Order: sequence, then structure tokens, then C-alpha cells
Amino acid sequence: MLKLENIAFAANTERGRKDILKNIDLEIGEGFTVVTGPNGGGKSSLAKVIAGLYKPTAGRIYWNGEDVTDMSITERAKAGISYAFQQPVRFKGITVSDLITIAAGRDLSVSEACEYLSAVGLCARDYIDREVNASLSGGELKRIEIATVLARGTDFAVFDEPEAGIDLWSFNSLIKVFERLRTLTKGSIMIISHQERILEIADRIVVISGGSVEKAGTRDEILPELMYDRACPRLDKVNS
Amino acid sequence: MEIDFNISKLSLEGLGLLDNIAGLTDVPDGAFNIRANGVSVGRAVTKAVNIVSKKDKPGIDIIIAPGTTGETVYIPVILTEPGTDLVYNDFYIGEAATVEIVAGCGIHNDGCNEARHDGIHTFHVGKNAHVRYVERHYGEGSGEGTNVMNPTTVVEMEKNSYMEMETTQIKGVDSTERVTRATLGEGAQLVIGEKIMTHGKQHATTDFSVDLNGAGSSANVVSRSVARDDSRQRFTADLRGNNRCHGHSECDAIVMDNAVVSSLPQITANSVDAELIHEAAIGKIAGEQLEKLMSLGLTEHEAETKIIDGFLK
Repeated sequence: MLKLENIAFAANTERGRKDILKNIDLEIGEGFTVVTGPNGGGKSSLAKVIAGLYKPTAGRIYWNGEDVTDMSITERAKAGISYAFQQPVRFKGITVSDLITIAAGRDLSVSEACEYLSAVGLCARDYIDREVNASLSGGELKRIEIATVLARGTDFAVFDEPEAGIDLWSFNSLIKVFERLRTLTKGSIMIISHQERILEIADRIVVISGGSVEKAGTRDEILPELMYDRACPRLDKVNS
Repeated sequence: MEIDFNISKLSLEGLGLLDNIAGLTDVPDGAFNIRANGVSVGRAVTKAVNIVSKKDKPGIDIIIAPGTTGETVYIPVILTEPGTDLVYNDFYIGEAATVEIVAGCGIHNDGCNEARHDGIHTFHVGKNAHVRYVERHYGEGSGEGTNVMNPTTVVEMEKNSYMEMETTQIKGVDSTERVTRATLGEGAQLVIGEKIMTHGKQHATTDFSVDLNGAGSSANVVSRSVARDDSRQRFTADLRGNNRCHGHSECDAIVMDNAVVSSLPQITANSVDAELIHEAAIGKIAGEQLEKLMSLGLTEHEAETKIIDGFLK
């Protein structure tokens, strides 16, 4: 269970200090929690606060009862928090195999590493020795990013808009990856998404808007409201 | 002439250097010439590869017979005593020969005086020949004396020949001035990959100059470097397209601490059919790269090491 208690985050912008997150109180338990809401509402900042990339300006974060607010990115990763970046990072000279091995935290056989790639729909043999650099497309990088979180197999994982750029791959496959991770870890999976198909697998839905939790509840409570809520025009229908 | 060589006669330092620069832990198979502190201490030749001492100046001629295949020639140089070692090595690669040449220099300097190796290598690459040249430079030692290496490589490439140069200097060389000059004939291809890491107060300059004279010739010069601490690096590449040709140079550097890196790529088209590109990028390790690897469980220091190792791999 990840618990956010009165989390606030402010950042310096060209127009001065801006409150990005305000008074966020959330409990993220087992299963799928999908976080949605308008662009610029603070969803990605929330993911970064959880993973330790941003330090909250107020509030506390508890992971399985332990206060992790002051832990570094590394310490949180070691405590079992994983984070799939919205914009995957490129590296010159680091191969897909290197990255998956680092993620797993142990030496992997080629077939083990390949299995994670196959799970995200990449023909493993074609990718395992490729560098994680600009020669890969945005969609390929995105799937490799998801594979690194799969390889970590931790109890908590946050994915920031995992569907972006994976148009050549089907949503069904992406959802299968999440289900596999849930089966594997029996943990908590937080997905930031606008997509109806992803909202449909949620156990809980949280709507973040203007840096605050606008509403939160079970899928059955929240999804019907969202579907007809003009205040959430970014909810895209997906044909799969 | 062969020179009997017993590897166990080398000092411990010498053995370590040989392993570091050429991966040699025993007498290599095939042709080789091992030079230690200014003299040849071991040599072997084969039917296809002859090695002859020069008569007018220090150094050797390495003669690869036309049509040779599957030969690797080792010509490492080690210095365990201070002083200057100047050597001229000429390589004559016969037509349609395929050969790998493993060179390199290792210095172990525990003294307070300079130990310096200036190697001038000239390659005459025959028609349709295929050469892979690997050169590693490495220095060590507990003394105040500096380790200096100034290699000059001259490459003359005939029609449809191919040469690949892989040069690496990762550790322990206090000062280096690397000069590479190449002239390419019709259809010749030159591929150069340079890797350099400097630290402390080290200084490294590399200077490439390539004349693409032949129609259909191509050159690809890629340098990747990391400059740490108070070290300084300067990269110069000058590609001249004198015919229908492709030329590409790239300098990619990570700068850390108080280090200084300069990059001066230059391309000149002396022919309307020359296609030339240069790229240069210098910057620190991107924060998001560190964050990504830390989010996978590495410490900041481990992440930095991984990024640099990958970059220079």
C-alpha cells in the first residue's frame, strides 16, 4: 500500500513559483489504479514525486507503512517502487540487453532477457543487442521502457502514459502486460492514462485536475461520470 | 629474422602492460614483434607476414603478402624505464590481403622522469586489401614522471581497399598528441573509431586529416571521449572531398568536473560530387539518464559509471 498524505509540490517557472500539486491525499492499494485528468493537471508530477524524481514541498509518502519521503530515487527503487518514464531516456552505447539486466538486478540469460522483450511485442532477437539510442523509434523505446519495469517485477509500479506512441501494437497486448505484472507481483499498478480501454481495467480511478484530486473511487463509480463529463474532453475512444 | 622470445623473461610490470594493451598473456600465434624499452625483444614471422628491422632508423617493416587471409600480427610496445622511444613502423599490405594488426603502447613509470613513446606508423594498403588495426594506449606507475604518447598514423589507400582503425586510450596517459593523415584512392573505405578518457591533469589532442581523392571513396571518423577532473581535450578533423565521395566526422564528448573539451570539425568540398557531414556534441551526462538508471536501483555513482562505460564501449 502506497499512501500519500497531504502532498504538495511547487516548482519555479518563468512566471514565478507555481503550485503543481496541492493537498494530495491518496491510498494506492493492490490492483490497478488508473490516474486520469486533463493535461497539465499534475499527473506526471505525481508519478515523479512517488518515484523520487521530485521532492514534495509538503506532505509525507508511506510505502507499506514506512516513510519514504526523504529516500532517494535509488532507495525507493530498492524498496520496491518502479517507474516507467513517459519520455523514455536514450543512451549511447547502452544496449537493450544492458538495460534489462540492470532492471532485473542480476545476470540474465539471453532467453530470460528476450522473454521480457517478447512480452512487450518486440522480436527479441532483433533488439537485444541494439543500443537504446535515437535509432529506435519512440514506440520501440516506450515498449523497452515497459519491459524494464516488467523485469524489475516490484510490488509497486507506476506507468506514465504507457500507451503513447505504441499505435503499432495493440491495446490488448499492453493490457496483457499489466495483467501479467499483477499476477506476478500481486502488487499495486498505477497507470496514468487518458485511454478508455485502460480505464476499463481499473479497479480504482483517480481524477487529478489543477493539482488536486478531483474525484477518486471504484471504476464503476467514476467511469460513467467521466464518459459523459464534458470537463474531461481528453478521454479518447480507442478502436482496438 | 626471428628473435627468440620467452615471455617469462619480461618483468611483472611488462607482463601486465602486454596484457593490458594487446590482451597477450603468452607468446602469440603467428607473426609478432614485441618492443621493450627501445629494442625488439621477440619476433616471429610467417609465410605470409614478414617483419624486418629498418637499417636507417629505429623501427620495422611489416610486409603482408598479397592474398593473405586469417593472419593477426601483434606489434606491442612496452616501456618500463623512463626516456624517449621513437619508432618508425611501415606496413605494406599486399593486394587483396586480409589482416588484423594489434598494436599499442603501455608505459609503467615509477620514476620522476618522463617516459615517452612516439610511434610513426605508415600504412600502404594495396588494392582490395582489408585491414583492421587495433591500437590501445595505457599508462601506469606510482612516480611523478609523466607518461607521454604521440602516435602518428599515415594511411595510403589504393583502389577498393578497406581499413578500420580502432584506437583506445582510457587510462594513465598524461599527454598525447595523436595525428592521423589518410589519402584514399578510388572506392577506398576508411572507418576510424577513437575512444579517449582523460582524468587528473591529462591532456589529449587528436588531429585527423583525410583526403578523399578517389571516386566512390568514403571515410567515417568517429570520436567518443570523456574528460574528467581538470583534464583537457581537443579534437580536430579535416575531411577534404576531392572527388565523388562520402565523408562523415563525429565528435561526441562527455565533459565532467572542471574538464575542458574543444571540437573543431572541418569539411571541404573540392568537388561538386563530394558529400560531407560533420557532427560535434559536447555535454555533461544528462540528468534524466542518471535518473532512469537510479530508478532501476543503481546508485548515482554506479549509474555514472554505467553511462561512461557504455559510451566508451
